[in-house]
Amino acid sequence: MTVPTNAPANAIVTASNVSQVYEVRRGLFAKPLGLKAVKDASFSVEEGETLAIVGESGCGKSTLARMLTMIETPAEGALTIDGVTITGDNPGDVRKLRSTVQIVFQNPYGALNPRQKVGSIIEEPLKINTKLSSAERRQKAERALAEVGLRPEHYGRYPHMFSGGQRQRIAIARAIILEPKILVLDEPVSALDVSIQAQILNLLADLQERLGLTYIFISHDLSVVKHVATRVMVMYLGRPVEIAPVAALYAAPLHPYTRALLSATPATDPKSKGQRIRLTGELPSPISPPPGCSFNPRCPYANDRCRTERPELTQHGPTRVACFAVEEGRIDGAGSAAA
Amino acid sequence: MPLLSLRNLSVTFDTASGPFKAVDGVDVTVEPGEVLGIVGESGSGKSVAMLGLMGLLPPSATVTADEIAFEGRDLRAMSGRERRKIIGSEIAMIFQEPMSSLNPCFTVGFQIKEALKAHTGLDRKARQARAVELMRAVGIPEPERRLSAFPHQMSGGMSQRVMIAMATACNPKLLIADEPTTALDVTIQAQILDLLLDLQKDHGMAMILITHDMGVIAETAERVVVQYAGQQVERQKVATLFDHPHHPYTAALLAAIPERATQRRLPTIPGVVPGQGDRPDGCLFNPRCPKADDRCRTVVPPRQPASLGEALCHYPLDPPASFTRPTSVSAAR
Repeated sequence: MTVPTNAPANAIVTASNVSQVYEVRRGLFAKPLGLKAVKDASFSVEEGETLAIVGESGCGKSTLARMLTMIETPAEGALTIDGVTITGDNPGDVRKLRSTVQIVFQNPYGALNPRQKVGSIIEEPLKINTKLSSAERRQKAERALAEVGLRPEHYGRYPHMFSGGQRQRIAIARAIILEPKILVLDEPVSALDVSIQAQILNLLADLQERLGLTYIFISHDLSVVKHVATRVMVMYLGRPVEIAPVAALYAAPLHPYTRALLSATPATDPKSKGQRIRLTGELPSPISPPPGCSFNPRCPYANDRCRTERPELTQHGPTRVACFAVEEGRIDGAGSAAA
Repeated sequence: MPLLSLRNLSVTFDTASGPFKAVDGVDVTVEPGEVLGIVGESGSGKSVAMLGLMGLLPPSATVTADEIAFEGRDLRAMSGRERRKIIGSEIAMIFQEPMSSLNPCFTVGFQIKEALKAHTGLDRKARQARAVELMRAVGIPEPERRLSAFPHQMSGGMSQRVMIAMATACNPKLLIADEPTTALDVTIQAQILDLLLDLQKDHGMAMILITHDMGVIAETAERVVVQYAGQQVERQKVATLFDHPHHPYTAALLAAIPERATQRRLPTIPGVVPGQGDRPDGCLFNPRCPKADDRCRTVVPPRQPASLGEALCHYPLDPPASFTRPTSVSAAR
């Protein structure tokens, strides 16, 4: 596993100090507050890999997805996707990138227009981005349907005639029809039942192999992430706190938040009632984040330095982690996840 | 005597396209102080069965049962007035979406005290004191101040704590928790599950935990019921279910969990849960079952003995050596 630096040769996505700010209105005359949903995120994604972005609600993972898919431009920092650099001032050649990066959303019930037939849902990206004739579009759409395990006769049906798993297949067909290099998967299976989830995960694995796709897989479910990811980025309150290859992260999570997250995930084994790390409290408000390390109010290892200074990501073996306690050796380097 | 005993409970909905049996003959027995898990995918009727017990279903639903007894009292024979004395005070329920279960127009204090007003003879002052005590018991900081907060001012985890405070206001003997942590983050989920188990132990309260998450079941329940398309396909102790599932559906469900996967491709269950129009003959799982044969496609499967997880299956998995498979359809009838 190569160690990610700021710009490895085969990186298809490079983010350097990307931030996103939303304005929160408080009232008619009050000055709006700036909510930093993502702060100084720097990471890279290599071609063909699956980078999982993990964190609880409000950690900025979906904001990151919106920036990666150019729904929004970053407020600060730069994002380089497939050789094109996007910054807040210079949105770059977004048009070309739209067919390079595609997205699959969490809720397959909300992501498909109920008044459109499946065929026109899948063809819409072609209509907008290419000059293909309608016959060519139809041919491509039918091929995409076959690719995701649906039948050509589904072309003329409406989304309500499909189950959740099939709708997610339609959403995936729409995402791959422009032959993108990168697929952003924003919680693609969390709305699905376990047995359907397995079908979709298998489909995604097949597509990645066949089409050589790069995945950015956003999820809060650590057991799914363990199964699909090559590398994992754990986010807390808008900042990446740990980036590690998947094996290293699950064998020896370093950041106290990662450890807590892993131990809070219920294990499907009644015999392994491991010692749970109990996190007290909740995610602080991103409008007024705590000074120092943003995890310090909930961290069992926090000391005065954690409460005043902010840790940066530093290299520890294969892992990059932002934690003073790890840096100073106050907690053991090879943290054991609760089994 | 069991705390709750349901026998052959069915729920049928009248729909525009004919009757639909969402729950098909389930039996539930809960002993005082135990945690029973009910697990199943969406559409398996796990919530509907419990809503039927609570009387929370719309008028289009018909609930039938051979027995609905709580502490030996037959709920079916009671008047609505009598039943409402038990429901909400001795049997309480919490729901999946804490945000939408609370009324946004009233403070959480008002809503907790409303439950106390309906079910206890406490006066205003005593209700206030009890509400503060409940809020503290569910781990809400500054309970006095938080009582005057509105639901929108609280996070999902806090709202669920308020729901738990409300449900436990009258010290129920049975708490039905319907996907209590599904809408919450994992660290908050762990907190809420710990809280529920603490309350259950401290008050000797029995709990029915409805979930689709096998991990939650593994960590909390003692016995588990696996439900599929309205039927209970397996009933087992949690300790043995994960290693020795007896129904092919349970086995397939467990195998599909990524955490238990041994290779990149996950074993899947082909097809989908049957709906109103496509309920198969014989075993309801037969179109998706790898082991199904003609017998499964025609004959409704029998309930196997407890040693086989009470599986609703002709060919239960993992049988002990003494078990002999029926050889023909006529032999088993």
